[in-house]
Amino acid sequence: MPLNTVANIPDPDGFYAELIAAHEGLSDDESVALNARLILLLANHIGDRSVLREALAEARRRDG
Amino acid sequence: MTASVGREMKDRYRLAFRLYPYARSQDQDAATPVRHPVIVMGGGPVGIAMALDLGLRGVPVLVLDDHEGVGQGSRAICFSKRTLEICDRWGCGEALLEKGVVWNVGKVFHDDRQVFEFNLLPEEGHRFPAFINLPQPFFEKTLVERVRQAQAEGAPIEIRGRNRVTAVEARDDGVTLDVDTPDGPYRLQADWLIGCDGAGSPLRGMMGLDFEGRVFEDSFLIADIRMDGDFPTERWFWFEPWFRSGASTLLHKQPDGIWRVDFQIGWEVDRVKELKEENIRARLDAMLPGVTYEIVWSSIYTFQCRRMKKFRHGRVIFAGDSAHQVSPFGARGANSGIQDVDNLGWKLASVIRGEAPDALIDSYDDERRHAADENILKSTRSTDFISPKSRISHVFRNAVLDLAERHAFARPLVNSGRLSVPCTYDGLPLNGEDALPGGPARTRPGSPCPDAPLAGETLLRRLGGGFTLLCIDAEAPEVEGVERIALTSTDDPTGALSDRYLGAASGAVYLIRPDQHVAARWARATARDIEAALARACGRT
Repeated sequence: MPLNTVANIPDPDGFYAELIAAHEGLSDDESVALNARLILLLANHIGDRSVLREALAEARRRDG
Repeated sequence: MTASVGREMKDRYRLAFRLYPYARSQDQDAATPVRHPVIVMGGGPVGIAMALDLGLRGVPVLVLDDHEGVGQGSRAICFSKRTLEICDRWGCGEALLEKGVVWNVGKVFHDDRQVFEFNLLPEEGHRFPAFINLPQPFFEKTLVERVRQAQAEGAPIEIRGRNRVTAVEARDDGVTLDVDTPDGPYRLQADWLIGCDGAGSPLRGMMGLDFEGRVFEDSFLIADIRMDGDFPTERWFWFEPWFRSGASTLLHKQPDGIWRVDFQIGWEVDRVKELKEENIRARLDAMLPGVTYEIVWSSIYTFQCRRMKKFRHGRVIFAGDSAHQVSPFGARGANSGIQDVDNLGWKLASVIRGEAPDALIDSYDDERRHAADENILKSTRSTDFISPKSRISHVFRNAVLDLAERHAFARPLVNSGRLSVPCTYDGLPLNGEDALPGGPARTRPGSPCPDAPLAGETLLRRLGGGFTLLCIDAEAPEVEGVERIALTSTDDPTGALSDRYLGAASGAVYLIRPDQHVAARWARATARDIEAALARACGRT
């Protein structure tokens, strides 16, 4: 199954607000650590190695 | 005689149009204060709209404004479909549409890249477009012109310019007002006082009422410019623009070759310096290299998102910016004020005529606070996206913009303003039954009625200013005080009526409120069903 890049999150504005709120009051280092934990949790949920590999490549693209 | 005294009343702003010059009223010579059923404090868009709604319902209304007309500067520029529909009920929707600029396409840029493009894609079968752009003074002037016409037709509306309210005393059964004029002070009584006196509301101050919320630490420099540049009629929004004239920039077209430019310039700015023409030009020149333009008006604004705890305080009611203030992203300021008026007008008229209990006014408070919370939530989220308040928030914002260029999933997360749509009063006390299995969600009780083309007409034009029973391929009994409109599939040339009001149902009966919100709906209804829903919608149960 390829990486799903079509809109898939109900109430996107509500999700984005929750995401930003999760970082409220954290230092930059703490935010980076939160993001790392979040990525690992979501990666485990996805599980499929080919999907994860594709996502890594897409995320890397801008820095490439 | 005393007119020559010429008391000085300083203007707080320059006028664009002098529409209601001071004239001495007989009330100023009365031995005891004259009592009016309704006094509106403030002659801005919301105050004039309030007078128009009440006056057209035959309720005598007096507007007091401390100036003699409409202030300069375009301020609000985007007027929504719902505002135009409401104005159409007052008889001035077409005049606004004719003057305004219709737009549908918006483009969002990050630096020098286009992130994506959206189209408001107006659904077919509505008399009015999703938005028009029109400078606020023209909106206000159109409303005042409609008042003049209504007055000529006998509507009991009066506007008094240069009448500044200096003190109020609110009681259980009315309000006493002290009013200052160029001829000196006088006193008035009102059964009801409606505060439409803007975000800085002197009335709110006089009554010592709260106005709490969040301050956003950013400033915006607006310039309205006249230019010949060949830009399309689109909304262009830049995050971190390549020309570096602001942290974000908005370009939007107005009528008569005027464009609105809005630069986000940060919190700690020297306002006097930034407003110097050479400094405004430096920003504009960077953005519009080689373009000749003239600066018509400019201003710096900051904003807060806040509302009063309650909009009703006994016989004093607040509407528009005096009651709630939002960020400008989404055009939810003036548009929500017009919806306040739409909600309050019929309720106040019913209570004044003794057709509904005083408690109906409390439903204004419930419904419009619900709407204000929705507007504040949506405009706050837009502001947080446009002006991220922490480093991590900025990182996520730019990650969304980076991804949105290539990936569809990120585009709904890009938030440069969620444009104003009317609120649905879900779960609030005036709503009656939803007894239409298979009925569309968009027309559930509490929803504003969507327009639909009928043979030679549109639906909203058919709804009057009172309660309406809309029967579509269904029978319903006559009920006193309710106008009945019976339609069948032959009245629905495009199928839009069926899509929007029937869904999977084969027929429907809708009870529609005077403000064109759905009160209740059924597959079939008895007189008792309809009477119960009507009583509920009038606050009688």
